[in-house]
Amino acid sequence: MCVSIPAKVIALHGDMAEVSVSGNTFRAGIQLLDDVREGDYVLLHAGFAIQKIDPGEAEETLKMFREMNQDGE
Amino acid sequence: MMAHGSGGKKMHELIRNLFVKYFRNPFLESGGDAAVVPPEPGHIAFTTDSYVVDPLFFPGGDIGKLAVSGTINDLAVSGAAPRYISAGFIIEEGFPVKDLESVVRSMAGTAKQAGVQIVAGDTKVVNKGKCDRLFVNTSGVGIISEKHTHIATADHVKAGDQVIISGYVGDHGMAVLSQREGFPVKTGLKSDCTPLNDLIGKVLERFDHVHFMRDPTRGGVATALCELAEGRQFGVLIKEPAIPVREEVMGLSEMFGFDPLYVPCEGRVLIVADQSVSQGILHTLHGHPDGENAAVIGEITTGNWGKVVLETIAGGRRIIHMLTGEQLPRIC
Amino acid sequence: MMKYISEYRDRQVIDRLAGQIASFRDTKAVFMEVCGTHTMSIHRFDIPSLLPAGLRLLSGPGCPVCVTPVGYMDHAIALARQGKHIIATFGDLVRVPGSTSTLEKARAEGADVRTVYSITEALELARTHPGRKVIFLAIGFETTAPATAAGVLQAQKEQLRNFCILSAHKVMPPALEMLASEGVKIDGYLCPGHVSVITGEEIYRFIPRKYGVGCVIAGFEPADILLAILLLLKQVTDGKPRVENAYKRAVRKEGNPKAREMMESVFRPVDTEWRGLGMVKKSGLVLREEFASMDAAGQIRVMVEPPVEPQGCICGQILKGIAAPSDCPLFGKMCHPGNPVGACMVSSEGTCQNAFKFQSDG
Repeated sequence: MCVSIPAKVIALHGDMAEVSVSGNTFRAGIQLLDDVREGDYVLLHAGFAIQKIDPGEAEETLKMFREMNQDGE
Repeated sequence: MMAHGSGGKKMHELIRNLFVKYFRNPFLESGGDAAVVPPEPGHIAFTTDSYVVDPLFFPGGDIGKLAVSGTINDLAVSGAAPRYISAGFIIEEGFPVKDLESVVRSMAGTAKQAGVQIVAGDTKVVNKGKCDRLFVNTSGVGIISEKHTHIATADHVKAGDQVIISGYVGDHGMAVLSQREGFPVKTGLKSDCTPLNDLIGKVLERFDHVHFMRDPTRGGVATALCELAEGRQFGVLIKEPAIPVREEVMGLSEMFGFDPLYVPCEGRVLIVADQSVSQGILHTLHGHPDGENAAVIGEITTGNWGKVVLETIAGGRRIIHMLTGEQLPRIC
Repeated sequence: MMKYISEYRDRQVIDRLAGQIASFRDTKAVFMEVCGTHTMSIHRFDIPSLLPAGLRLLSGPGCPVCVTPVGYMDHAIALARQGKHIIATFGDLVRVPGSTSTLEKARAEGADVRTVYSITEALELARTHPGRKVIFLAIGFETTAPATAAGVLQAQKEQLRNFCILSAHKVMPPALEMLASEGVKIDGYLCPGHVSVITGEEIYRFIPRKYGVGCVIAGFEPADILLAILLLLKQVTDGKPRVENAYKRAVRKEGNPKAREMMESVFRPVDTEWRGLGMVKKSGLVLREEFASMDAAGQIRVMVEPPVEPQGCICGQILKGIAAPSDCPLFGKMCHPGNPVGACMVSSEGTCQNAFKFQSDG
């Protein structure tokens, strides 16, 4: 099984999206999601997009990391 | 026209003409049963390899270029200057002659580029189904001077030596895999396969204290380093963040669960050299088109005898094993 | 730089998280992960070496290949050996031992076994080979079952009469319940990030409520795993077990309702056997009546040999976290990646293969 990996949507063709991972392109089914758009990042698994990556939440998590101290609170 | 049967006179004529046309040298043209070449001072280095890569033609090369580069590189990484190559072909009945011609042309081009001559050749045509289209064997002879004979044995490798790779890891294996039928990803990856005798020649010319070299083909960098370390009284430590991997190879590896450290390269050399010359070697590599992305990836250690240890990107350390079984079948 | 991956492999971030975790040096705890991909990541990045001595990470039954009973493989191999079908399978299953053989061996003997990366490819095989039955080996948890459902619905839409599946799909919550009630004492669960993408947070709520054990949904990069461990440690020390989501960029609270609906419209839950756990109620997925014509188990008659578990193999105990790979007499000797005896060694997500390949060095 393909391990799940984030991929960028670069084109849409009906039920399939053309997605890119580090310059490699791949076709994935988008039947499991609503409202997928070009430029979205999606999580791929077994040939399908299973969720959209939430850039806001990703940034929140990274912000939390940046503000963390090395030791204790 | 197809190659057929055990070949009649016409078939053998055709093939012989191909060789003579493309491999152009007085040894072949003399037509004897053996090529008689002039002696040179030094030791003789001799190597052989068979190639069964599938598919035969892939981005960045083909079985011919792979075979000639592979044999040249086996000689070069032993410290030898490659001189003469033989080529044996086992051809499946029905294999298109124009494809054979492409392969032969490619071999000639690679040999010419490397300043090496293909002086002996043989072909056998076998019945359909008895071999998969085309298999190639190349043997090669080169000359090693006395001062470089330790390189192949690794006997001078000692703790503190630096481990260098001449460029991006895993390009060949991933490029070939991406061409297999049914592979669902489109990629622009090209095989890195190329003769490295010029690159290695320059390094050896400018620097002493090169203690070991290996081309990381089957089983990749990890296997080459495991083979170096096995049974020795030193260990190898490599650092994951230092290993140069092309973005596309990284992406494919993550998607399909491959480890680039185990993916074959066909145009890269691992160099183990004394600390005092490692930066100089790196500089020389960077100045050569085949060494652009060279990097120091680790060092030889006093501890961990016989083992290869990887310091991961997270800072933990784990032991790298030899590959068991085929991660990627028929890559070379 | 791989977006949404590389940032979570940043050394500085990892060091900070490890530093925070180190402040819990006096806390003794055992955390369990129940996801094959977590097993791989933890070993690959050598996470245990970054944790204080009192903290232990256990692997549970999170590898779908490893929990598939020998009987399923025997069934698949028997179908392959009938000779006329095309078996379409994920690569992971090809070397998994059945009672006496593997799909790989069957292929060498002439069976048509093809590796696919997606059910979509299996559908294409059915379209291009109308005279032959294509049997897709459908394996995986909630992460994968919706994809199979989408494929089945597509086959129905196109009226692909030669396409069918042999389902080994399972769902996690009943197994988690069994682990929590009968298994090793655990102080916290790292919940599978990608199963959670589909299910959302709700399925784990019974664990803190009924068993007083905390759950953190975790992603797969080193920073994700360390963050989840940190949150579990905080739950242990503040004594308030609950479900927390540490993988918010991918997991929504409600999961993916559309994927779930699709899965539920195509499959229904049945009692099924998990290797190592035995029979787990309502944990297997089989095709609903409407799709019975695509169920290879019902549609194709075949003799399947009686199942034989490999001698000495303790995969079952390892899957429950009761034994470690090093406890198994076969580990590293008769059983290794080059010659796997049990599923835990064959699968790249298996506890044993990971323990073998990724031996920590101090």
